[in-house]
Amino acid sequence: MLVSLAPVQALGRGALQSVAAVGRAGYLGLDAGRALHKVGMWGPHLLTQMARIGVGSVPIALFIATFTGVVLAVQASYTFTGAVPLYFVGTLVGKTMILELGPVLTGLALSGRVGANIAAELGTMRVTEQIDALETLAYDPVAYLVVPRILAGTIMFPMVVVLANAIGVLAGWGTSLALLDMSSPQFLKGLKLFFDPWDVQFSMIKSATFGTTVTAVGCAFGFHTRGGAEGVGHATTRTVVVSSMIILVLDAFWAAVLLQ
Amino acid sequence: MSVDLVDVHKAFGRNEVLKGFSLAIREGETTSVIGGSGSGKSVALKHIVGLLRPDRGEVWVDGENVGRLDQESLYRLRRKIGYVFQFAALFDSMTIAENVGMGLKRMEEFSDEEIRERVDACLAMVDMEGYRDRLPSELSGGQRKRVGLARAIATRPKYILYDEPTTGLDPITTAVIDRLIVRMSDELGVTGVVITHDMTSAFRISDRVAMLYDGRIRFEGTPDEMKATGDPVVRGFIEGRPELLGAAT
Repeated sequence: MLVSLAPVQALGRGALQSVAAVGRAGYLGLDAGRALHKVGMWGPHLLTQMARIGVGSVPIALFIATFTGVVLAVQASYTFTGAVPLYFVGTLVGKTMILELGPVLTGLALSGRVGANIAAELGTMRVTEQIDALETLAYDPVAYLVVPRILAGTIMFPMVVVLANAIGVLAGWGTSLALLDMSSPQFLKGLKLFFDPWDVQFSMIKSATFGTTVTAVGCAFGFHTRGGAEGVGHATTRTVVVSSMIILVLDAFWAAVLLQ
Repeated sequence: MSVDLVDVHKAFGRNEVLKGFSLAIREGETTSVIGGSGSGKSVALKHIVGLLRPDRGEVWVDGENVGRLDQESLYRLRRKIGYVFQFAALFDSMTIAENVGMGLKRMEEFSDEEIRERVDACLAMVDMEGYRDRLPSELSGGQRKRVGLARAIATRPKYILYDEPTTGLDPITTAVIDRLIVRMSDELGVTGVVITHDMTSAFRISDRVAMLYDGRIRFEGTPDEMKATGDPVVRGFIEGRPELLGAAT
């Protein structure tokens, strides 16, 4: 009886391609590190990228945070009914928003908005030979395109997340007043109860690594795009999938390392 | 010899594209490299500017082995070379003037005013003066190619590499581009390498013509020598007679 090896071959090819992609991304990371000293090349683009990646992401981040805050407050109240004092709603909204949902949901949303955008932009530049054109004009494309995007993501994600956290807590507070028959002093009592300034720092550290991840993954897939429109589509999809996975792994990593 | 490709081999996976490609480009001349689609002409051209490195063999430009240069030396060398891309490869997000001025800006030798003047002069040279503030998406294919040429000449390079400069253009625009290429050589003394499979164009603009076939140079000579050759592969290609190619292989 003949046994088809096609699935095994496909699996092998997939594994090899994954290893090659990791290798290429690693080289790109090294090149980006080496290009950091070329401030004259990436410096002029940093503010533009910070505006595109950071300021441009504020509306979607705030939208997500608002509804997350609402849901957290209602679910906390539903869970606590009768067993736990209601002011713990403030505790749960604050802690969960700042430690977990603010950074992670914002990171995941921005892997779609920012990461996919970067992958599509650089991918299109690659397949239309614009990156080659940069090289022939003696520009280092890593310094010119990759470094400002990764730096902007690393700087701006924490700022967006801080805003999202604040709006999420405010939304939870508003929901507590409007729907849960709570007073402001009650909510604030719960919010302050276990609040630790370190939580905000933790949230920002985590977000910064998410920003680095999303932009670096977008740059890696975009920069190494092959083929035409189909290749750009693949790069975009992979960016969202891979950066989302890395965000969740990093989330667990930082919890284990910094919250123990 | 100013540009010299010596026994260049290049493969992409199992696809061996160049199998001992050797070609010497004479200074001040325009050399066209002809060959069928997918024969590796653009691959050979990309080796000259260091966008690709040979698996085996050497590429020499002005006495420097391109494949062995470090990044900074390569960027220095590239300032001597202008590259006209097949589809122009203009930067979408920049205006035409910004596109043309990119190379000048990088040289860090010119004031904004000097860059502006040089950009305007280059755009005038390709008859695109009125388009400096437009975006590439607002131009036709022929206009984009002319802007690509303006960008390549803006830094006054010693060499210009043209990757299929007339492919897909109408006969009038093709003639305009051909005249520009000849002007680059006559007025600016530029050494040109033109990748094309447009024989009319190749004979019109070239001092020498080389044919790439099966990863190697099959023929090299003046346009008149090429027209007179008895090599069936070359004849088959320039006369568009596949039966001659079939008989020879």
